[in-house]
Amino acid sequence: MPAEEERIAADAAARIFADLADPQTINKAANCGWKEPLWRALDDAGLPLAWVPEILGGSGANLAAGFAILGVAGRFALAVPLAETLAAGWLLASASIKAPMAPMTVVPARPSDRITVETDGRLSGRAAGVPFAQEVSRFAVLADDRGQPLIALVDAQDCRLNDARNLAGDAANTVTFDRVKPLVSAPAPSGFSQTSLMLMGSAIRSVEIAGALETILSLSVAYAGERVAFERPIGKFQAVQQNLARLAGEVAAALAVSGSAADTIAQAETFDEAVFFEASSAKIRTAEAATESAAIAHQVFGAIGFTQEHVLHRFTLRMLSWRDDFGNESYWAAELGKHVARRGAGEFWPLVASR
Amino acid sequence: MTANLQFDPIRLPPECEALRAEVRAFLADEIAAGTFDPHQAAHGDSYNRAFSRRVGAKGWIGMTWPKRYGGRERTQLERYVVTEEFRVANTPSHLHFVADRQSGPVILKYAPEHIKERVLPRICHGELCFSIGMSEPGSGSDLFAAKTKATKIDGGWRINGSKIWTTSAQVADYMLALFRTSPPTKENRRHGLTQFLVDMKTPGIKVNPINQMTGKPGFNEVVFDDAFVPDDHVMGEIDGAWKQATSELAYERSGPERFLETFYVLPELIRVLGPEPDLRSAEGLGRLVAQLHTLRRMSVSVAGMLQAGKEPVVEGSIVKDLGTLWEQKLPGRVRELTAFLEPEAINHANLAEQLAFATTVAPKLTIQGGTTEILRGIIARGLGLR
Repeated sequence: MPAEEERIAADAAARIFADLADPQTINKAANCGWKEPLWRALDDAGLPLAWVPEILGGSGANLAAGFAILGVAGRFALAVPLAETLAAGWLLASASIKAPMAPMTVVPARPSDRITVETDGRLSGRAAGVPFAQEVSRFAVLADDRGQPLIALVDAQDCRLNDARNLAGDAANTVTFDRVKPLVSAPAPSGFSQTSLMLMGSAIRSVEIAGALETILSLSVAYAGERVAFERPIGKFQAVQQNLARLAGEVAAALAVSGSAADTIAQAETFDEAVFFEASSAKIRTAEAATESAAIAHQVFGAIGFTQEHVLHRFTLRMLSWRDDFGNESYWAAELGKHVARRGAGEFWPLVASR
Repeated sequence: MTANLQFDPIRLPPECEALRAEVRAFLADEIAAGTFDPHQAAHGDSYNRAFSRRVGAKGWIGMTWPKRYGGRERTQLERYVVTEEFRVANTPSHLHFVADRQSGPVILKYAPEHIKERVLPRICHGELCFSIGMSEPGSGSDLFAAKTKATKIDGGWRINGSKIWTTSAQVADYMLALFRTSPPTKENRRHGLTQFLVDMKTPGIKVNPINQMTGKPGFNEVVFDDAFVPDDHVMGEIDGAWKQATSELAYERSGPERFLETFYVLPELIRVLGPEPDLRSAEGLGRLVAQLHTLRRMSVSVAGMLQAGKEPVVEGSIVKDLGTLWEQKLPGRVRELTAFLEPEAINHANLAEQLAFATTVAPKLTIQGGTTEILRGIIARGLGLR
């Protein structure tokens, strides 16, 4: 059962999205004019800085409430940097850096990318696939300061960006730091590493994927009940029912594992083995669910679901893109496999049973 | 209705971890005493009366049932811990497990008081083995086509017909069986079946063993030739067994035994890969671990919802559908991941042996206790499609 605070946060988010981020309306919109009023409403409700304590300029919601908001964002296939700003605020807050009232994103967004701190404190390096980098004014950066992690707030205009987009057409840019002077910086808390940031990002994407899957299932079931072929709704055919049952299974798996990872992070003192095990598993399994489910849902909808006009692609393509952020499923599977192998066979079941 | 699937992130409470330690210590003692070998799933007799009695003495059979019937009034989550630890250790639990999981709860709900008092404590002591009499030569998944007939006579019922593929019937003390007491009606083809508690020592019952493709016994044909079942052995409503089936399904279908049946090949895989596997093996192993963790979190969640008094029938069916497919595919995945290893690799011989057994067992996993196709029908109904 979600606690009161989570429910209130999720309801507030759902109301705003229903009014200002309706996927059908957005899909038909001629331009990006919908983004500005949506962001203003989110800002007014204090959602983008939900994970920032009040003393640092945020609204001080708990982690569970933030994850609840992100689940709802996934259900709307939200295409503004809400998740990214939440994550950026969280990262800055961990180093007690005050968050600006601005859309933000986090850098890096891939496990192998490194930003390094030079001897004079300037940042250099390159990070690929940074979500919404082009649409935000500030970056929360995790950099390597001669082996010590440093957290920095950077003005987006001080960096060089390419024009890349993800499968869903959202900005996902390569950001180049060429001796960039941070606006402010501070050492990361002890025990924090780039892996911690990747795990947090992976948990966030898992929760969003599960949310998108919930909507995909609802849309698919509703369509199967309406669309008539061979004089029956297609949902009456066993072959279609079996596919939808498989889809429900994938959605269920994604919900369970992402909810478990979010809960683990919300309860965790540090990014320990439990967080690694849960968040990596969540990213692996939700990404697999996204792959399976996109195929099934498109099969249910047939040609109409393959059109630009239909809303289905807003969910399927976005969810498929989310697989790649903060370490894809193959990356995390290799990491998890190495970890389990290192622990050895005798320690395997105790690890699984500990969660 | 739209899909509103619910999987709360239930955590096992602290008392479960104390219990887990106790269970592991008990099993370690049994292994040390030579009762069974946890690394040899294929070997040994899975029916062990002495072992089941010792498990009963620990209070781990029927542990959620009321104390007045021999239970311990512990939670579904505590039972979950016992079940998964027993399953992972490959314990010889066949004798008591079906009674613990599904027969006992049916008796608890539908039997007359004096039957409960007579039978349930003996289940809890690990003395009684149950079989489930559902499939017949002409009806398997189509449960409500059962023909084996119960005819009303003075003081009870006369049974004629046969059940088939009945697991454990060769050793069972009792069977919970579905018999036809009336013909189906035009409006309801599920009408007319009644659930009975059958004492397997009743004259007129003959058990004919059927070997499985693993080369081992397991299946049976059970023939009823004028076998008498007394009135007080009717479980629930006459002609109305179909109403009783659904709520028990979540218990039967969502447990850890629905994805841990071939688990033993996974530690063997880790052993054979060693501490530094190549990238392909590491990725393959990692995916299996994530999938297993997901199934377990789903299954624990259903156990928590059951404990809270909910009836997560669709969620339970989903756990069995995903879980049995996973455990069925697991031997094949392990085979692929070890395909390029040297035959001399450490533990290779044992892995090959376990893999061979798991591969032969695999086909039954998506058939027993509700086929994949039936489960998906139930899920589709839950989605509002039928």
